[in-house]
Amino acid sequence: MSTGLQVDSAGRLRHFLDVAGLKRQQLVEIMDTAESFSEVADRSIKKVPLLRGKTVVNLFFEASTRTRTTFELAAKRLSADILNLDVSTSATTKGESLLDTLRNLEAMHADMFVVRHAESGAAHFVARHAAPHVGVINAGDGCHAHPTQAMLDMFTIRRVKGEFTPLTVAIVGDILHSRVARSQIHALNTLGVRAVRVIAPQTLLPPQIEQLGVEVHHDIHEGVRDADVIITLRLQRERMDGRLLPSKHEYFQLYGLTETNLATAKADAIVMHPGPINRGVELDSGTADGPRSVILQQVTHGIAIRMAVISMVMAAHTGETTE
Amino acid sequence: MTRWQISGGRVIDPAQGIDSVTDLFVAEGRIIALGTAPDGFAPDRVLDVPGQVVCPGLIDLSASLREPGQEHKASIASEAAAAAASGITTLCCPPDTDPVIDTPAVVDLVSHRASAVGLTRVHPLGALTQGLGGERLTEMAALKAAGCAGVTNLLHPIRDTQLLRHAMAYAATFDLTVFLHPDEPWLRATGCIHEGEVSARLGLTGIPEVAETIAVARDLALIEHTRVRAHFCRLSTAAAVRLVAAAQAAGLPVTADTCAHQLHLTELDASDFDSLCHVLPPLRTQRDRDALRSAVADGVLGVICSDHQPHEAEAKLAPLPETEPGISALETLLPLTLRLVDDGVLDLPSALARLTAGPAAVLGSAAGTLAPGQLADICIFDPDRPWQVDTATLRSRGRNTPFAGWEFAQRVTHTLLGGQLVFALDGPG
Repeated sequence: MSTGLQVDSAGRLRHFLDVAGLKRQQLVEIMDTAESFSEVADRSIKKVPLLRGKTVVNLFFEASTRTRTTFELAAKRLSADILNLDVSTSATTKGESLLDTLRNLEAMHADMFVVRHAESGAAHFVARHAAPHVGVINAGDGCHAHPTQAMLDMFTIRRVKGEFTPLTVAIVGDILHSRVARSQIHALNTLGVRAVRVIAPQTLLPPQIEQLGVEVHHDIHEGVRDADVIITLRLQRERMDGRLLPSKHEYFQLYGLTETNLATAKADAIVMHPGPINRGVELDSGTADGPRSVILQQVTHGIAIRMAVISMVMAAHTGETTE
Repeated sequence: MTRWQISGGRVIDPAQGIDSVTDLFVAEGRIIALGTAPDGFAPDRVLDVPGQVVCPGLIDLSASLREPGQEHKASIASEAAAAAASGITTLCCPPDTDPVIDTPAVVDLVSHRASAVGLTRVHPLGALTQGLGGERLTEMAALKAAGCAGVTNLLHPIRDTQLLRHAMAYAATFDLTVFLHPDEPWLRATGCIHEGEVSARLGLTGIPEVAETIAVARDLALIEHTRVRAHFCRLSTAAAVRLVAAAQAAGLPVTADTCAHQLHLTELDASDFDSLCHVLPPLRTQRDRDALRSAVADGVLGVICSDHQPHEAEAKLAPLPETEPGISALETLLPLTLRLVDDGVLDLPSALARLTAGPAAVLGSAAGTLAPGQLADICIFDPDRPWQVDTATLRSRGRNTPFAGWEFAQRVTHTLLGGQLVFALDGPG
């Protein structure tokens, strides 16, 4: 579906909008490129001159701290100029359309848009209407996709586990509203894991979720049994208002990850969370800070993955290679 | 007035069960004979149309004209021209105007503008509740007297079931047909595409099938209770069609339609976030589409309408959930219906019945037939005149169609309205 839009005829990443539609080899290339960038953080001067003179615009129509700052750091480490636009409080509230905002930024000679938007499909829309020289990276669109988050999660899993094919991965929580989960499911299946399970009450699962290639579980003890990786998802505050879930308390009782219900997972299972964590809702502090948790490594890897994706997309537009 | 002899065409009039190559004679704006000319008839003009199909002018039960109030999208003049070029000689405009068609004054405004333009007959539908607000009944008797073909609340919810019951009972009092858009507002909520595999994948809020079926089931119970004559608009699901079929079999006074795009597109067409496929009700599954096709074939759905909703370009230039729903559909109504014949769904006379006699019956109108004595509203199309939908050459001001690039074999060549040539593809000649 988005293949034609995000991959050019030579197989290069013109935009990075969605994990769906990308081949295994392309996902591996992103992780390999991130691997080559991860040592930059250990240098005394944490910069490479790859994107000198390029302008990256962080176009965030929805509030974000972690994603925006890691994109900013990634662009800076690649020596790009970065412009942070918190559009949620500027142009669109004055009635300017998304398309007009884009045209104005293009007129300022931006080379790349990193887009976060509350509506599914927003990044596709921006990519479809952006000038040909502009690359677009999806930093999260509605409930649809968050491909850089999914790739940093894959990168983290690969660093700890090595191979994907023997793995059973369980994703716990609000799948229905989670762009992270959708992108993770596509990435895990493309990378060939043995099984992807989703664990949630029916109100937090989209109908026909099985079609995405997952096993559905409603019982967390069954769902995490023999799992190698357990990913917990953030539960937005507005989901706890009694319409989808009766209470935060019952959610934690049934779906909160604790040392107790982790007991059925593999002994070397790792615990992940895209952040920010609601302690005592998605997981307890013992689990979040415990030895199985790789949550802070995920954050660190976010910078390398975003450097990789930014450089690959920029290279597809300038005709240069990333290396 | 011009006296016409329309000569050598294949005359198909589903209402009379006529399908034969014959001549048609028109005088004083009316059809005066089929087959042989009346004694002493001397035509002013002979329209020689061998190989072409001559049928009653098409009747479209739903075409938004955007006037008054949304003239940046379209106007009565622009859309009437598009209708004429599409063989449509009668259309119902929904009350989604600004102001809403909820008083005789607005009915008069629309009717006068339409007659001044004169390219197609426009029958306004009145609002069922004031301002479509779902809280107070309109003056339905006055709306009927002003010429409203029926009353409807469109997709605007009537949350109070007691009020809906009263609205139906009041409409029944004045023998007005209620046009129902079955939609349970709490279940539709903020949904924008069908709830199913595609919505799960795209992370778009879905509209479940039950949003339609619950409303149909509730409305059928109220129809049985009030005995109002009701017409279900834009059915989109197999389950709703089953409910309506059962009600018809049980003798309830209900008719139903779907729109042409529901018979050709499915949820998969929106799977690339294509805002041109953002419609309400949403495009459903292949299974639903097939059930709608069967229902059109067996007559449970007696009408195919365009559900024409012209938009300015900007209305579709945003992420899909933020775009306005609807398709500019007048110009594809006939070709999409005729494609059903090519696809083996139904035969040509039956297909034309869904655009002529079927909607005429819903409106209780004498139009939709070529019977002598009737107004000479006539559509003539060439079944072998290929064309391609090109948004640049659409006559409608709305260019919002997902059918751009589609190729069709059949093309309207002439449209007569009350004996006046209101459209000729190759010029008035």
